[in-house]
Formats: sequence, structure tokens, C-alpha cells
Amino acid sequence: MVNPMLERLWRIAPALSAITILLLLWESYVALSGIAPTTLPAPSRIWAQGVLNWPSLAQNTWPTVQATVLGFMLSLCVAFVLSVVIDFSPALRRALLPVLVISQTLPLIAIAPLVILWFGFGLAPKILLVAFVTFFPMLVAWLKGYEATEPDLEWLLGTMGAGRAAIFRQARLPSALPYFFAGLRISTTYAVVAAIFAEYAGAARGLGIYILSAKNNFRPDLVLAAVGVSAVLTLCLFGLAILAERIAMPWARFREPRR
Amino acid sequence: MTPRLSVSDLAKAYDGLQVLDGLDLEVGKGEFVSLLGPSGAGKSTLFRLLTGGRPDRGTIRLDGAPIAEQTAPFAFMPQRDALMDWRTIIGNASLGLEIAGVPRHEARARVAPLFAEFGLSGFQHHYPAQLSGGMRQRAALLRTIVMDRPMLLLDEPFGALDALTRAGMQRWLAAMWQRHRWTALLITHDVREAILLSDRIYLLSPRPARVVAEIHVPLPRPRSQADLATPEALRIEARLLDTLLDPSQGQIP
Repeated sequence: MVNPMLERLWRIAPALSAITILLLLWESYVALSGIAPTTLPAPSRIWAQGVLNWPSLAQNTWPTVQATVLGFMLSLCVAFVLSVVIDFSPALRRALLPVLVISQTLPLIAIAPLVILWFGFGLAPKILLVAFVTFFPMLVAWLKGYEATEPDLEWLLGTMGAGRAAIFRQARLPSALPYFFAGLRISTTYAVVAAIFAEYAGAARGLGIYILSAKNNFRPDLVLAAVGVSAVLTLCLFGLAILAERIAMPWARFREPRR
Repeated sequence: MTPRLSVSDLAKAYDGLQVLDGLDLEVGKGEFVSLLGPSGAGKSTLFRLLTGGRPDRGTIRLDGAPIAEQTAPFAFMPQRDALMDWRTIIGNASLGLEIAGVPRHEARARVAPLFAEFGLSGFQHHYPAQLSGGMRQRAALLRTIVMDRPMLLLDEPFGALDALTRAGMQRWLAAMWQRHRWTALLITHDVREAILLSDRIYLLSPRPARVVAEIHVPLPRPRSQADLATPEALRIEARLLDTLLDPSQGQIP
């Protein structure tokens, strides 16, 4: 195919048709079974109510976007700094890594209300919770990536007179990039959910609060409209991650299967 | 005359395994010397020791002085090419200069004129993944020689190439050496490659590695693959193979 737009469309066609078929099945089930819209609303109703209630929905989306973006930025920094510290110091690796693994075993449902209790109802606890949920896959990816550096390359740099820091910058860091971006993709899918969960545990506004109050008012259509918004946010974040990967690794397009 | 490189009584053990035991060898200035030996004989260990590893015993001298007192005496070309996927070819070629503190622009300006001679014209801004195996090896060799060190260490540079590409690269390297007369130590287990390229060949025993034979290759230069069929070359090849495959050396092929 010559036209790149057309080619891209062709590539996402199967996904689009699968989603369309699912929505059609859902829509026709609701129409044919006569199920109450307060139990299971049809996609068309969710869309219509979402549009109708858009002002309040949008108002509650903004805090969630803020918490997600700021939390994710914090998470990126924390994951990178920790990975560098751990890579340079075997002692710190032994000290920190088990603690970090244990941190990931803590149930969020217990942590979130406590963080709210300590830091209040503002933005700070949400940022912390988003970072807490998303840093780990990226940290693990960095560490795995550093270790995947070709030993010959480090040897070569050593013979050129490169020290530990130069070897890290010239070989270990770029070698780890493909791993990092794999971790980044995983993390993006947790970020919005984490922000919503944090709001659920206590907030003035946000998609989590919107979902909570829609549920309490027996409005599953609005719950699902908010879910749709959160899905779109996650997809945007995921898309940004892929874009960042393209920009950061222009050589990856040419990579052949590992020899 | 003091040889460029002189290694005497070198010994090294890893985890109780004696890899080198009393290795002696010399490489003269402008001389191309090959180390030929069975796989796992400890050839790469020698390069480790030359490039900063600590021997258990023995001395390594460059132009008569211990290498510890020298700054960066060797330009090393590792097995496979070890090109950085994320640097363009000119970025890879100028890596050594950049590490040595030459500003990026100046490093690239110094490397650029050499691309034609290395058959890489027009590929300066390609990534390694876009190049064929032979071109990658030439880029790796370019990266090695631009460092302008007193001596080259080549660790099986053509081992991963297909037979035809390898033959082409050997011929090319022979011609390049003819022009530049680098002092070079080549690790290989390709007997014919050693004969084609070398002034002298050291034959190593299986582990622990010692020199079991030293063979001069008096074939006239410039050489090509055709010269490997002369009686003189065939005699050297037969002698090398006989020694390598001699059961009294403990090597069962």
C-alpha cells in the first residue's frame, strides 16, 4: 500500500471492527432483553447522557488529569533515580530492592485512605499514590535493561578509557531504553486507574468522586460515561508513551531480529 | 630493537582453572602477528590482561615499559562488532575519540575522510542495523584504527561472518595493512586467515595456554587468497593443522 494514512487505517481496522461488534452486541442485547437502564444502560444511552452531562463530567475530569500527569512525572523521576542509584551501588541494591518489592505487596485499598489521612484531600496524596502504583514496572525495566548491556561493549569502552559514569551514559543507559519503554507502557495503563482510586478514597472533585456519586444516585449510565472518559485518558497516555519511544529511539525502526 | 609488545611468563587462573600458564610472545613494530589456537584456549584471556586485567604472574611491556605506566596503548576490536545500535556509523566510528575527550564535531570531522577507504561512503548517517555484516565489521575496524593507538588488538573480527563475506574482508584487511602497516595482534582459529594476514603466527596449546610453535610466514606481499595455494603456503598450513590436531596436545577435534 502506498498511502501511509490508508495503511495505518488498515492496520487498526481489526481493532476498530472488534470494538464496533462488541458495542453492537451490547446495544442489541439491551434492546431485545428489555433490561432496565438503571441496571444495564445501552451504549447509545451512555453516550447521550455523557454528552448531556458533559460540563460536570469535564469539571471532574480535570483534577484526575492533573493527578495522573503530575503523579506520572514524579513516577518517571523516582524510577530513573532509583534505578541509577541501584545500578551504581550493589550495597544499596541489596538494601533497597527488597523494600521496594515489599512496597508493591501492600494493598492499595489500605494504603490509599492512610495517605489521604496523612496528606489531606488535596492534590498531593493523589500524586503520591499514582507515583506509588506506577514507578515499579519502570524501575524493574530500567534495571533489567542495564543488565542487558552487551559485555563486549563495556569492555570496548573500558579500553577506550571510559570510566564507570561514561560507560553508564554511553552503553548501559541506551541499552536499557527498549526495556524502559516496555515498562513505561505497562505503567501508563495503571496511572489513571490509580488516580481514580485515590479520589475514591477521599477527594473533593475528580472522576473517582463523579463515579462514586453517580453510583449512589443509581446512574450506571453516568458511571460508565466516566469510565469511558478514563479509558480515553489512558489511551492518550499510552499513545504519548509510544510517541516518546519513537522520538527517543529513532534507530529502532531499523532493528532486525536479534542476531 | 625493543619489540613493540613483549609478553613474558604470563599466567592467569579463573576460579581455580588455569587459563594461561607461562605465555611468552613478542610483536615487533609494524608487524602483524596472529594467535592461533583451539577454542577456549585462553586467547581472549590474554586480551583481557592486555586491556587492564591483572595477571597472576608475568609481565607485559610495551616499547620496553610495563603497560601499567602507559596510557591507553591498545585499540581493541571485540568479537562480533559491538557497534552501538543507537549511534549512526559516523557516531560509532568516532566513539573512541569522543571518549578520549575530543569534541563531537571535531571527532566526526577527523573520522569522515576515512569513510571512502573503508568502503563506507554514503553510510555515515545510517544506523548499524541498516548495514550488511561485512560493512559493520569495516565500521568496527574504522572505529578501532581512528584511535591512533600504538597497537591493534583484533579478537576474531571475522568469526561471525559468512564464508564469502569473510574471504572478502580478509582480502580487504590484507590490502589495508599493506598500506598502513599497523602493529597488530590477531586472535583467530581460522588457519588460512592467519596465513593470509600474518608475518608470524603463534600456535597455542589447549588450556592452560602456552606457545607450542612459532611460525614465520615468508610469503611475499601483497597477498591474496590465490597465494594460499602456493606450495610454501600449503606447507605452512599443513604444519599448523598437524600441530593443532596433534592428539599429544590433548585436543580432540
